[in-house]
Amino acid sequence: MTAAALIAVLFGMLLLLIRAIAGPTLYDRVLAVNSFGTKTVLALGLLGFVMGRPQFLDIAILYALINFVATIAILKFFRYRSFQVPLVRRGQGGGNG
Amino acid sequence: MAYFLGLLVALVGFWLGMSGHYSPLLLSLGAVSVAVCMILAYRLDIIDREGAPYVRIVGFALYFPWLMVEIAKSNWAVVKACLKADLDIAPALVKVKTACESDLAKVTFANSITLTPGTVTVEIEGDKMLVHALYEQSAQPEAFAEMDRRSREAADGKRRPA
Amino acid sequence: MADLVVSIAEWWQVVRFPLGAALCLGGALLCVVGTVGVLRFPDFYTRLHAASVTDTSGATLLLFGMALMAPDWMVVSKLVAIFVFIYLTSPASSHAAANAAHTAGLQPLIGPVDTHDKEGLDS
Repeated sequence: MTAAALIAVLFGMLLLLIRAIAGPTLYDRVLAVNSFGTKTVLALGLLGFVMGRPQFLDIAILYALINFVATIAILKFFRYRSFQVPLVRRGQGGGNG
Repeated sequence: MAYFLGLLVALVGFWLGMSGHYSPLLLSLGAVSVAVCMILAYRLDIIDREGAPYVRIVGFALYFPWLMVEIAKSNWAVVKACLKADLDIAPALVKVKTACESDLAKVTFANSITLTPGTVTVEIEGDKMLVHALYEQSAQPEAFAEMDRRSREAADGKRRPA
Repeated sequence: MADLVVSIAEWWQVVRFPLGAALCLGGALLCVVGTVGVLRFPDFYTRLHAASVTDTSGATLLLFGMALMAPDWMVVSKLVAIFVFIYLTSPASSHAAANAAHTAGLQPLIGPVDTHDKEGLDS
């Protein structure tokens, strides 16, 4: 039954790829990739349980962190067209928030 | 100092929970990595109320079960909306005024709104939040009043009467 | 009394695997439902809501099911760490995406959506 859950998650990832490719705006694609990353974390955990090797969870933790950083980095890049701009709060100088 | 100790305990607990090997070599390596993390956090100047909110962990632990119930309830509505044959959604943008004062309380409130499926915080300006909701009728400002009160109590304690 | 405790413990050892597997299956189905929502909903902001179903209830059920099937406590502590990460980061990235789209001037659909709108994929 765990294998069935794994197949269902993989099927969901496949469907998300449609949105990531067809998504009309950039943000749809970012959303699809972010959700894809969450599902990757879950699928990695399930894969560990299906194969009887829960050490896969370490990789899943790493993916959970990378996924978040990647989403923020992509959004920041397409907002400022650069990684060099410090993120400042609106109204606290900088003037580009 | 309490923030410092809280971060230390959290890092040590995290390392012990992840490692699983307790030989002297690996324990000393863990001590070194915890020390490096503490020095980096000190240099970044983030050991304060927001960087290490572990002193409020009891408040958050009391708040979380209530939030889970809310998440389960609104999940049901969104799942029904996803699976209905005809889309009957009525998206709306709502301005919500919050009574939270500290930044930590505002972040808790905004994250609670975003975690609940069906509502997303789009923007925060001062004490007003722009919330996008899937159903117009479920996003009246009164619907957020209890979440506002509870998240403020979780983050700030009950120092001021509501 | 001790007999009862032992028999409950044995019963728990037997029952936790099917229970955990069933929870995993439920969570995986919720993930698929959220994905269907992402594919069907008409604009970006509404798709965000569907994606958060995956991030909250789907992940919770899956991780809880895996914790029931866990062979030792180390695995449970890692699952708890993943749970905390997902619950801390998913609202932050949802908010970042929504805020970036709003700042860039993407206008949300407001008001009741036409039920005969079949342009979910390419509108």
